[in-house]
Amino acid sequence: MAIDASEIQKVAHLARLSIDDSQVENTANTISRILELVDQMQTVNTDNVEPMAHPLDATQRLREDVVSEENNREQLQSCAPAVEDGLFLVPKVIE
Amino acid sequence: MTWETVIGLEIHVQLATKTKIFSGASTAFGAEPNTQACAVDLGLPGVLPVVNEEAINKAIMFGLGIDAEINKVNVFERKNYFYPDLPKGYQTTQLEKPIVGAGNVEITLKDGSTKTVRIHHAHLEEDAGKSLHEDYHGMSGIDLNRAGTPLIEIVTEPDMRNAEEAVAFAKKLHSIVTTLGICDGDMSQGSMRFDVNVSVRLKGQEELGTRTETKNLNSFKFMEAAILKEVERQIDLIEDDGKVIQETRLYNGDTGEARSMRSKEEANDYRYFPCPDLLPVVIEDSRLERLRSQLPEMPDAKKARFVSDFDLSEVDAEILSGDQATAAFFEAAAKTSGDAKLASNWVLGEVSKSLNASNIEIAESPVSADMLAGLIARIKDNTISGKIAKQVFEALWNGEGKDADEVIEKKGLKQVTDTGAIEAMIDEVLTANAQQVENYRAAPPEKRGKMIGFFVGQAMKASKGKANPGMVNQILKKKLDS
Repeated sequence: MAIDASEIQKVAHLARLSIDDSQVENTANTISRILELVDQMQTVNTDNVEPMAHPLDATQRLREDVVSEENNREQLQSCAPAVEDGLFLVPKVIE
Repeated sequence: MTWETVIGLEIHVQLATKTKIFSGASTAFGAEPNTQACAVDLGLPGVLPVVNEEAINKAIMFGLGIDAEINKVNVFERKNYFYPDLPKGYQTTQLEKPIVGAGNVEITLKDGSTKTVRIHHAHLEEDAGKSLHEDYHGMSGIDLNRAGTPLIEIVTEPDMRNAEEAVAFAKKLHSIVTTLGICDGDMSQGSMRFDVNVSVRLKGQEELGTRTETKNLNSFKFMEAAILKEVERQIDLIEDDGKVIQETRLYNGDTGEARSMRSKEEANDYRYFPCPDLLPVVIEDSRLERLRSQLPEMPDAKKARFVSDFDLSEVDAEILSGDQATAAFFEAAAKTSGDAKLASNWVLGEVSKSLNASNIEIAESPVSADMLAGLIARIKDNTISGKIAKQVFEALWNGEGKDADEVIEKKGLKQVTDTGAIEAMIDEVLTANAQQVENYRAAPPEKRGKMIGFFVGQAMKASKGKANPGMVNQILKKKLDS
């Protein structure tokens, strides 16, 4: 399966990745080669194989419902570019 | 043309856990902004989620409560999109293998008929933070305290046909999750939020019309109003040769206005995939059995019991069993007083009326179930009449006594049956109304029957309603006719 330049631009936008116009063609070729490998894998018969949700054959451990985190706002916000009244400030979001 | 409305709901229910679904940060409501958002909730590099056992338990409880299938292996996935209140860049949720599979919820409509609404599934997910759009120098403020709060999203089949059914379903679901104790049910704080999918089609048509989704309705009233408005909009549109477009809409409950938020044509491609940070959650049979044994009596079972044990009407039983606290209050009052019918009448009458007027919940009622039972006992043993009982109730409500007996004693409301006391009162009435007494005695006997009513009225008034009316009548007749 090949992927074209317009799809690369769409996926890059969805992932908020900036890809230079001059790089789009090259990226499309690289990803197409990966998808070719996927195509090759798809030809393997997996009829009797249970699909995996995770490569590790293990199950999720659960945590007790007990508060373990204290207020650490000051430190956690020290790397934020803009903060006011305890809020993180971001460019205006308009719906 | 006759139109038919088709409604399906998606409901976000906040699970009443102490901590977030993937971190040990507190979920307590009302904290200072970002004081309950830890590194995991902020999506800082290098953090790993650990699943909260209680969130899993509460989701399972919901499934068991509606008799749904529980998926013993369920998987968390990433739903990828960018928004400032979602710092990780994805919401951890479930898609292919949700924790709760198909189930059913039965609703009762106003005319007493019942209907089954099918649940498609319910999945676990994390809530996002909150964006505050007040002006922060042209920027938006972000509070991430809510980020990571555990939710179940319940998705119904499009089984509802009008606003009444949708509201009845929403109320039933509220009753189920609060009875189970998995959600505090406080809609004003966003503990339950409804997304309503609405479409219309010609009656008899098989194919569904194009639907719109109105998001985040947080009261039954707004939900009903939003549905009615959207149905009208869609019908008007189609009848004017227009077309409904699939879109997300917002309804403002305060202004009653609705508007389009975004159309699905430019909808996001969420690129779901299994979350590599989380392993599949496996639910052992022992956990299922333990939770099943902890299930409380569900509203449907409670209603049936109220009808059979207490001989209540279906409609009364439906209201009393719908809310856990109301049901407990009624049952305690019924058992202690030994009169379920009177207890039901009082809870649905004076108690509800007073709660509404004071805008408080039954748990905060100044008149407890025990106090109500004590009052009912005094009606039953004829210490007071039903009319005086309302006065006693009001006094109890206003904190003028610890129980009915104290109020009756203090205010002297006990029904007077003492002959001497009634005679003395009547003598006063006759002296004060000498002219009427003369008229009465001058009147022919056949007219006297009517005229005596005046004296009865005066005597009852003088006794402030406490005299036994039968005795008043008898003594008056004796004195006037002698």
